[in-house]
Amino acid sequence: MSDFPSHLAERFSTSERVFTVEFPSIDGGNLAAVKSRVDDLLPWFDAANATDSPAAHAHASNVAIAIALQNFGLEPILQVVCRDKNRIAIQSDIMGAALHGVRNIELLTGDDVTAGDEPEARRVFDVDSAQAIKIAATLRGGRYLSGRKFSDAPDLFIGAVENAAAPPLEYRAERVTKKVNAGAKFFQLQICFHGDRLENFAQTVNASHPTLPLLPTIVLVKGAKPLKFMHEKVAGIDIPTEVIARVEQASDPKEAAYQLARAQAEHALSLPGVRGLHFTDFCHDDSLVRLMRDLGVTPRPTGSH
Amino acid sequence: MPKLLPIIEFLEHGVKKPIWDCKMCGQCVLHSTGMTCPMTCPKTLRNGPCGGVREDGHCEVKPEMPCIWVKAYERKDSLPLPQSWRNHYNDLRPPVDNQLKGTSSWLNLITKRDQQTPAGWSAENATHESQ
Repeated sequence: MSDFPSHLAERFSTSERVFTVEFPSIDGGNLAAVKSRVDDLLPWFDAANATDSPAAHAHASNVAIAIALQNFGLEPILQVVCRDKNRIAIQSDIMGAALHGVRNIELLTGDDVTAGDEPEARRVFDVDSAQAIKIAATLRGGRYLSGRKFSDAPDLFIGAVENAAAPPLEYRAERVTKKVNAGAKFFQLQICFHGDRLENFAQTVNASHPTLPLLPTIVLVKGAKPLKFMHEKVAGIDIPTEVIARVEQASDPKEAAYQLARAQAEHALSLPGVRGLHFTDFCHDDSLVRLMRDLGVTPRPTGSH
Repeated sequence: MPKLLPIIEFLEHGVKKPIWDCKMCGQCVLHSTGMTCPMTCPKTLRNGPCGGVREDGHCEVKPEMPCIWVKAYERKDSLPLPQSWRNHYNDLRPPVDNQLKGTSSWLNLITKRDQQTPAGWSAENATHESQ
């Protein structure tokens, strides 16, 4: 057994719901900036994503944030994208984080450089997400991709991401199998505003992988404007016009946006294979805690894990 | 043979560039991807689409271009391809061997050079269970 078993893996082995959250990007300041956010999230969440330059914007690195989260007691999920680093650097990052006790590693393609504020950057994509998953599994088995062996391999808990709402829709569930065969043990799903697509996806995946935990993402926004922004500017997110209109035309758009997220959360939790939820919070107020309470979650005393 | 190499490479590129916009990766997988080249994906994804495919099935990076994986998924069934090729559609393709760039994948196929992968890739550890 590893000295640092994945708490997340243990949580999935219970019958309880599992909640994870996107850790906010950190730029300036020092570790106190990380700590104050950890303190807010710790009572509610099982783990937090240490993101890897999300939307192709530079921030404090995934590995540095993951180590800080680990030290502050909020279990990190180290996200590793294929956009910025080649296979050598990806392996070094995973091993470096693992040295500090980071066990949950999630491999994904990554937004293109053109999604960010430095579109002039060279894109790397030396490996793709499925290949990166298998490389992480290779590390878990005590070898680098080259075959070079090392001892005391970290007991990595490897995750993946899928977009249940983007074309080719029929293939999305099939591709989960490829990532599972490569070594993925859990999936976080991208933001999805098509409940029917999420439902079809969850049913198909659950039929072939009954024990595979799925965590759909719920996004909290303050009104119709961010919904329009996501629909128009974020590739892979399509929001039906009537959904945006319902929020926009409500007497209280902020409340309508909250109720939309709440309904999505409850629907997602009713689907097969869905073991919990992942949250992205663009409200930065008490909405996230309100949603957790509305979902029947009680805060745990901090410092328990 | 060494004298023939540039000629074969020239021929292969001459055929595959106009038809498939061949990038001469030297490890062709066209047959398994509905005769649609994954190396023309701006992210060079060889194992399926990214999460950024637009609602109309077009590319996140180049909105005017249909996603190659949307095309591949349609074409693997619509084109008259042998079933054995279709069966390889969801194979886990190994990372590109960048040493092969510019070489003839036809020769690499014959010599099986295109099947060589790093020792860690082929090791029986990806399915290793410790729980």
